[in-house]
Amino acid sequence: MAPRSSRLLSGATTPLIYLVLLAGWEALAHVMKIPTWILPAPSAIAEAAVKWAPELASNSLVTLRETVVGFLLAIVLSLPLAILISLNPLARKLLYPILLGLQSVPKVAVAPLVILWFGLSDWPKIVVVVLVCFFPILVNMIAGLEAVPKTMLDLMRSLGASPHMVFRRLRIPVALPHVFTGCKVAVTFAVIGAVISEFVAAQDGLGYLILISTAQSQTPLAFAAIALLTVLSIALFHGIEFIERRVVDWTP
Amino acid sequence: MIATGDMRSGPPPSALAADPLVVPVIALQGVTKAFAGRDGAAVHALGPIDLRIEPGSFVAVVGPSGCGKSTLLRLVAGLDMPDTGAMQRYGTPLDGPSHEVGIVFQEHVLFPWTTVLENVLLPADVLSLPKAAARERAMRLLEMTGLKDFAHLRPQMLSGGMKQRAAFCRAMLSDPRLLLLDEPFGALDALTREELSLELSRLWQDLGRTALLITHDIEEAILLGDRILIMSERPGTIRADIAVDLPRPRNADTAKLPRFQEIKHQVRDIIFNRGRA
Repeated sequence: MAPRSSRLLSGATTPLIYLVLLAGWEALAHVMKIPTWILPAPSAIAEAAVKWAPELASNSLVTLRETVVGFLLAIVLSLPLAILISLNPLARKLLYPILLGLQSVPKVAVAPLVILWFGLSDWPKIVVVVLVCFFPILVNMIAGLEAVPKTMLDLMRSLGASPHMVFRRLRIPVALPHVFTGCKVAVTFAVIGAVISEFVAAQDGLGYLILISTAQSQTPLAFAAIALLTVLSIALFHGIEFIERRVVDWTP
Repeated sequence: MIATGDMRSGPPPSALAADPLVVPVIALQGVTKAFAGRDGAAVHALGPIDLRIEPGSFVAVVGPSGCGKSTLLRLVAGLDMPDTGAMQRYGTPLDGPSHEVGIVFQEHVLFPWTTVLENVLLPADVLSLPKAAARERAMRLLEMTGLKDFAHLRPQMLSGGMKQRAAFCRAMLSDPRLLLLDEPFGALDALTREELSLELSRLWQDLGRTALLITHDIEEAILLGDRILIMSERPGTIRADIAVDLPRPRNADTAKLPRFQEIKHQVRDIIFNRGRA
């Protein structure tokens, strides 16, 4: 009896903590009479979320679309570069320092320029997401492709394997866990990138909604949008983790 | 009597009288190898080495660590090229790896992302061998080594000894004429090591292949080898070539034979008494 109930309790611990925190927040907001436009109570946020549900949903979809498209584009763009750099010493020597230098540029600072160059569409936002995602994915891909143990390379060489065979049978599986690590880092950045670009110039998206609602003192709506962004970010992260568990089903 | 090699230079008179009509599996002549040291200067690691491996023989190489015995194996495997000297495999110049050579490394080097069976089938995949026949052979090898029931598991489910058995099956899949064993039991505990070396002795006899074993374990070398080559410290040269005239099949009792102990003492004497310059 005791073990089962304690397991039930431990499973319920995290939601319980959240519940207590929310209750505390609610109580504090009422007791201290904090104005809603400064810090709304959870109930007020929920109320706003219900009231603005259609707007929140449509703007979430916009942000989700930018994030996912930019993220996938970053993977597609970094893959050939990672292969080139990991296999070709000359390309590595020429490109890697440039890429590491570019990585240090704060991508957020470039957002206004990107909007200047790409105009007012979804594209500038997607480009910012690509910029933000690109480097963590690329760097981890390169590290993964180069993480092949020498003994495994010797084995393949002793069998007379072609470079193509070594790549397919050895480098790709060795690289996969690293690639997923890069993707998990990148996807959280991706959401941030999308919101930032929506702050700079946009007519829709959750970032835009936060900007507009705070400007109009619709603080509960801003909080609802932030909560949705958090959920979005967590969902994307776990989505990748879900795929990872199915693809990388071994312990290295 | 046991023939003991010349301690200084030149080809050691082979323990097995070399038949000039038999094409040796491996023939090395005046082979040397150097590596770039930490300060950039070349470190003379090996040689000059003269070596002739006759078909069907089991040659064990023993020597202190760092004597270049693994370097010797890499040269014979075609994974590295010598700086000077000539190497031949079945009478043709040895200039790279060959599918006629199977290697068991010190580490099992099994791919964790696929099953034991797929690991054993790797040479068939690389060499594009007919699938069905390769699969059948892989299962037969796994059965011989007691791994049949583990064929569809991932390698991490296996013990160290079982992993090395699987690595042996992989090396044997393409039916190589020469088996190279680079301290294959070095990473295992003493009990497993003994068990596996007896098993390898039995398998080698059943499969009838030429084998070159690198080891630092003298008893293992005697138990398995027809011939023991004793290497000097770096730069590694062959100091002695000893015939092991113990009857086959060998088993756990072989080590109790007085002759076994005699050979063991002889090998130890060569390694320790004259091992220090």
